[in-house]
Amino acid sequence: MATKEYAFYPGCSSQPGASASNYLTSVNSMCKTLDIKLTEIPDWNCCGASIGYAEGGELPRHAMNARNLAMAERELPGQKVVATCAACWLSARETKERLDHNSTMRADANEALKEAGLEYQGKAEVMHMVEVLIEDFGYDELKKHVVKPLEGIKFAGYVGCQTNRPFGIDGESFENPVYLDKLVETMGGEAVAYDQKVTCCGGALAFSEPEKSQKQIKDIVESAYDHGAEMIVTPCPLCQANVEIYQGAVNKRYGTKFNIPVLYYSQLMTLAYGGSAKEAGLDGHIIKAPKLEAFAAKK
Amino acid sequence: MSDLNTQAVAKYRNNFLKEVEACVEEGDWVKMCMQCGVCSGSCPFGPHWDHPPQELFMMIRAGKREEVLTSSSMWMCTSCYNCIVRCPREIPITHIMHGLANYAHRLGLAPKNQPTRHFSGLFWNNIIKTGRVNELKLSLGLYFRDGLVSGIKVGMAMASVGIGMVLAKRLNPIELIKPHGCKDTKGIHAMLKKAREIEDRRKGLTAA
Repeated sequence: MATKEYAFYPGCSSQPGASASNYLTSVNSMCKTLDIKLTEIPDWNCCGASIGYAEGGELPRHAMNARNLAMAERELPGQKVVATCAACWLSARETKERLDHNSTMRADANEALKEAGLEYQGKAEVMHMVEVLIEDFGYDELKKHVVKPLEGIKFAGYVGCQTNRPFGIDGESFENPVYLDKLVETMGGEAVAYDQKVTCCGGALAFSEPEKSQKQIKDIVESAYDHGAEMIVTPCPLCQANVEIYQGAVNKRYGTKFNIPVLYYSQLMTLAYGGSAKEAGLDGHIIKAPKLEAFAAKK
Repeated sequence: MSDLNTQAVAKYRNNFLKEVEACVEEGDWVKMCMQCGVCSGSCPFGPHWDHPPQELFMMIRAGKREEVLTSSSMWMCTSCYNCIVRCPREIPITHIMHGLANYAHRLGLAPKNQPTRHFSGLFWNNIIKTGRVNELKLSLGLYFRDGLVSGIKVGMAMASVGIGMVLAKRLNPIELIKPHGCKDTKGIHAMLKKAREIEDRRKGLTAA
């Protein structure tokens, strides 16, 4: 039996062939080492993300999230729901908070859910994978599994917005959260101090307002470079995608020569736990991380 | 849509604050704003907003209905939640911005060519189709919003990114014909129809 079991909400971007599919690859490898069993919530749906508001309004978005939670309660009773995507986690938690504290909203959501044969009871707790690591395991426990410390590699821990605000990780500050730096150090790497740790990458507006978002991305990457980082590491799939894939566009716009790899915490953990480049999903990058590929190949 | 607008104007007359409290997500918080301006200074796209949040709140109280609802400002919210965590009154500003944008959109008052308004609608209609995001169709829908020629142009400019994503197995052309999706799309559609019905009733968004 696995040490810990969770109802898993992987989210749209983690599906095979989607923009964060390599995130899931590395999460699976990391969980294998930690003996975490993730059971997908059957037939889970999109959380609506923050950007769905124009058409999605309020209740329809809560209904989408309540459907996932109701499904988890019914099919995986007693298990906490864990999401790997920042937006999935935020939306699910927002819905839980709203429905648990507003009886009218809850009654309305349940009236809608009835059409899909479900009922929300508010039994399941909602966590981000990072919370699982820190709160249910703890840094000491995570460190025990390190067989190949990431010695001498400098990372800029890019926390971004939605795993940080408005809920954040328990006990962390919104302005200077340190959990990601601590995770990097727990894996033997070096976390550089820099000033754009919680700057917004533009989020979904990277698509609709590319110019304004690329200014954000430029500031983040520039600061990471200026403070000596060799790579950026993040817990959010949209931060990862935006900061990695638009570096080419930023270079064109600003005449910069950015080419810095952007990774997930779970990839660093997989490697520090002795996993291969493939198990860490290193093949899923547009900006490759040759230093990590060499590290993974080393016995 | 303009019928809904006429109806709302008739119902609330000169009391726009009351209208916002009744019809906008978390709107009953607006009167709590003490005009400190921390939200405006914390917003990543703040310099691009004609009216930053604190100004919108004062305009709501001053009854500037048309100026608020036709503004492009709240459409520039990136949902970074910086304003929420810094607000000394703990006002859910992000949600109010989404709520104002949604209300303006539903009344037909939101600026027509606002790019985030377009993308937001595109996104929602994309996800409810199968219950999950179709990233390929979403990108293509965005590129081709201004027609075929401009779409091909944007598509070409983004081609290196697209090819890179396909090579990295993070974008799959098969999504066009065989998309990811939920099994119970019927249940999801029925649920969403009901949710919209209830919300419209509560917010007075049904024609009398």
